[in-house]
Amino acid sequence: MQQLWLIPCLPLVGFLLLVLGHGRCSRSAARLVGVGSVAMAALVTLWVALDFYSPGAAQSYQVELWPWFSAGALEVSFGLYLDGLSLSMLFVITGVGSLIHWYASGYMWQDPDYQRFFAYMNLFVAAMLMLVLADNLVLLFLGWEGVGLCSFLLIGFWHQDPANGYAARKAFVVTRVGDTAFAIGLFLLFRELGTLDLPTIMALAPEQFVMGANRPTLIAALLLAGAVGKSAQLPLHTWLPDAMAGPTPVSALIHAATMVTAGVYLIARTHEVFLQAPDVLLVVAFIGLFTLLISGFTALNQTDIKRVLAYSTMSQIGYMFFALGVGAWNESVFHLMTHALFKALLFMTAGSIILAMHHEQDIRSMGGLRRQLPVPFWCFVIGSACLVALPPTSGFFSKEAILNASWQLPGYGPWLWAGGVLGAFITAIYSFRLLFMVFFGPQKAQPHEPKGWQFHPPLMILAALSLVAGWFVLPTGPVLPASPAGHPPTWTIVVAIAMPLLGIGIAYQVYVRHQWQGLRLAQWPQLRQFLFQGWGFDGLYQRLLLTPFTALALVNRHDIIDGVPKLLIQLSRFLHGLFSQLQNGQLRFYIATLASAAIIVLALALKVL
Amino acid sequence: MQLLGIIISLLGGGVLALLVGRQSASASRWLSLVSLAVASVFYASLWFDTTDPQATSLWLLHMDWPWIARFGIHVLLATDGLSLVLIGLTLVLGYVALLSAWHEINHRCGLFYLNFLFTLAGVVGVFSALDLFLFFVFWEVMLVPMFLIIAIWGHEGRRYAATKFFIYTQASSLLMLAAMVGLVLLNQQQTGVWSFSWFTLTQTDTSGSLGMWLMLGFYVAFLVKLPGLPVHNWLPDAHTQAPTPGSILLAGILLKTGAYGLLRFVWPLFPDAASTFAPIAMGLGVLSVLYAAKLAFAQNDLKRLIAYTSISHMGFVSLGIFAWNHLSLQGTVMQMVGHGLSSAGLFAIAGLLQQRLHTRDLDKMGGLWGQMPKLAALSMLFAVAALGLPGLANFIGEFMVLLGVFQVAPWAASLAALGMILAPVYALIIMQKGFFGASLGTQTVGTTEVLDLNTRELLMLAVLVVGLVLLGFWPNLIFTITAAPVDYLMHLGKGG
Repeated sequence: MQQLWLIPCLPLVGFLLLVLGHGRCSRSAARLVGVGSVAMAALVTLWVALDFYSPGAAQSYQVELWPWFSAGALEVSFGLYLDGLSLSMLFVITGVGSLIHWYASGYMWQDPDYQRFFAYMNLFVAAMLMLVLADNLVLLFLGWEGVGLCSFLLIGFWHQDPANGYAARKAFVVTRVGDTAFAIGLFLLFRELGTLDLPTIMALAPEQFVMGANRPTLIAALLLAGAVGKSAQLPLHTWLPDAMAGPTPVSALIHAATMVTAGVYLIARTHEVFLQAPDVLLVVAFIGLFTLLISGFTALNQTDIKRVLAYSTMSQIGYMFFALGVGAWNESVFHLMTHALFKALLFMTAGSIILAMHHEQDIRSMGGLRRQLPVPFWCFVIGSACLVALPPTSGFFSKEAILNASWQLPGYGPWLWAGGVLGAFITAIYSFRLLFMVFFGPQKAQPHEPKGWQFHPPLMILAALSLVAGWFVLPTGPVLPASPAGHPPTWTIVVAIAMPLLGIGIAYQVYVRHQWQGLRLAQWPQLRQFLFQGWGFDGLYQRLLLTPFTALALVNRHDIIDGVPKLLIQLSRFLHGLFSQLQNGQLRFYIATLASAAIIVLALALKVL
Repeated sequence: MQLLGIIISLLGGGVLALLVGRQSASASRWLSLVSLAVASVFYASLWFDTTDPQATSLWLLHMDWPWIARFGIHVLLATDGLSLVLIGLTLVLGYVALLSAWHEINHRCGLFYLNFLFTLAGVVGVFSALDLFLFFVFWEVMLVPMFLIIAIWGHEGRRYAATKFFIYTQASSLLMLAAMVGLVLLNQQQTGVWSFSWFTLTQTDTSGSLGMWLMLGFYVAFLVKLPGLPVHNWLPDAHTQAPTPGSILLAGILLKTGAYGLLRFVWPLFPDAASTFAPIAMGLGVLSVLYAAKLAFAQNDLKRLIAYTSISHMGFVSLGIFAWNHLSLQGTVMQMVGHGLSSAGLFAIAGLLQQRLHTRDLDKMGGLWGQMPKLAALSMLFAVAALGLPGLANFIGEFMVLLGVFQVAPWAASLAALGMILAPVYALIIMQKGFFGASLGTQTVGTTEVLDLNTRELLMLAVLVVGLVLLGFWPNLIFTITAAPVDYLMHLGKGG
């Protein structure tokens, strides 16, 4: 148990070595440090897990590294906390993380800034590990902001193009909106409970809060706003598609497998607070539902391979929020894990395709690649099968469990279930549209597939894991509340399995056999444009927030308050001019004023006397 | 003894630097470094004396000699943990400013270092004088040399900026002088004794409307210095036009004297008036945070942008002081130190860029990442420090201020927290405009020499980075020192 601190520390040391040795060590040394540190963290995680699973071991423990800051009633430690939930996250971060690092060491090999890339990646992993291991909310916030910074740095990694910088800033600022709400939530939580220590909050929340009262509802709503920003859910989701400007391994690691699921982790971690706010939980479910539908529809007609996957990520995280909202806590974390595996697989496969196509990302320029790129093809098939939840892949188990739980929610249950099934149907259409457009049909360009030990093995390992992960059992049971007992009627399960198959069938008809063209959106150009641009959210925010703010900033660029001292200057200049006219050197003027002043003074004096 | 040692070695070093400066510029540089080093040795001995576990008393050092006996004026120098921390910050930033001046200041070096060291001596005096008259003397000692630094070694608009700076600060310190005399008279009426001593005057009964007027005299003087809305307008001009070491001193240290004054004088001397006035002061603090952040975003002069960020950050200080609870006050101290380090870093970066590119206009920069990776990385670090990234000192300060303010005024804290959204908007625009984009090539840069940081510059920035990271992860280094003084000030500020 003593070795827990090593897990975040190893990537941090990797980061420091890469930064301090900048320009002084070879590419392969950078690779060794960059990939090695994360792989070692994964090994230590296994070691920790062996301890955790050993009979008689504690189900949760806290390790204080040093007291971070204390003032008055506030005591914040720099401490780590391990339980089943954080252990599950550790598996995902270090396991999937080291496979992505392995892959990235090949993908980025030609890049002149190889070392800087791995420095950022290691810093990201360290921050993400702090986020999930933190034993208090301030330290969690440190990890939370840390991953945001690394996301900024990696989206803007290719700094030569100012558009990447713009996308990076957008991601940072939009998530910061959520982070600010999160911070206010912390202030309120501290005011109510007098602590920010996570185990204490979990113990105190059910005792101190009245279920459904204003305080827990407000706190949960503020935490939810933070989660929504980080996890790219409505209405703070607009940054994620632009974040695809970063290198593809970054998209796989940060914008699919780990960072964007931090919101799910936050809600699961503070579930006791959310349980006291049933209204907010319902909001969580509906945010998840709307996000998964809206981003699913948007994914339907994207043309950039990475943007399709980005919208699909939003949609899948929507399922996780949906699950949290309907009380399927364990299932949500389970879907987080399976999604991390198959989405990382899809992104990395997409990376191989992009490299093979000489950095072409438009799927309309691809086609017929299945013969030339057999390994990516099969990996993509497996990934897509998981994504659309075909039995018996891992995606099937996690999504099915979520839909079953949603049916049983009293009140809105069947409606939520229907929305979720509709989402699954759309998922099937856009996933297989992507698959068919890239790998089937006529071949449009000659690919040059990157091969070697950095490309195929990580893909194959992930593909294998994605297939079998449905049988994994995560140790979240003792931490999170159990999902509602009982079974939905059998027909719901049949429908839930049939809908994705129907979706695949439609995609096959339209994109392989080129029939049913009436279904294509090309007939309604305005609708198509609306969907293509993500339902106009960007334009809305542009008009509502950005344009007024920049206009205001530009109008008042020179600070209107500066007018006050400027006015004083003008006033004294004016007075100066006025009085200096009196001193004009004309004798007759002096005599005249002297005489008239004397008369006035005399007259006044006489009157007074 | 050590306090006097620090002040005298700085003043003496200044005079000597002027004398040798006529013969050799580099001698005056080295002499300033030596005098700063001597002052640091005195400081270190003060530190080791007082962090002795036996010495648990609040006042770590206390010196008292009569000066003008007729009015009860003393040379009264004393240090508690708060002063100790701020004097430490002064000396550290003294080194940074000196290193930044090393190649930038090339004419009238002797005179420059005289002014430079006198400013530092004045600041150290301000942080340790507990006789109000002596405090006022030091207050002036730090202003005049700073005025000269801007007026003589500044950039193109230096005369306007220096005059504006001088008038703002002189006018407001006149108010402070008047309020000070009023307070002493009030105390004389109540007790029959003339005294300028802080220890005596904090016992004066200042409730009532006279107390409010006297409090406002002090408040305005310190608000100008801080600076806070609506008397902040000297700062953007002064910061922009000052030479780099001048900007570092101004932003890093001189602004802190305003905050220190609010902490040390306004609340303890006028507890009732201050708590009545607190809602207005906090409102002005919130306005400063948001308004200045918005202005910072609109600037294209890099130094002017950084100047407005200072106003925004000092808004948190104002807010924290007027919330007047332990959390917010400790946070305020950390915010002062963090802002001192990060703004010094940003101004140093602006100076380095101006030396290389001969412009401060962000619209004329771009693509510098490729040419100056080290400079870019450090700019990034200072920018994220300014936007309050956890792990760096500013976060601890901002977080604790807001946490403390939230306990007494949730709405003020929530509004000020919106500054967290605006901070990346202005901080990252520096990175976007300066460092992203295609490389400019040599036509704008004007030279083909190696442009990245040299060892001296790296050392200068490394000092700041170490400070920011150290305090970001071990803020208790400061909190343990300032806990007792903060409690004592709070006790006085609660109205006895």
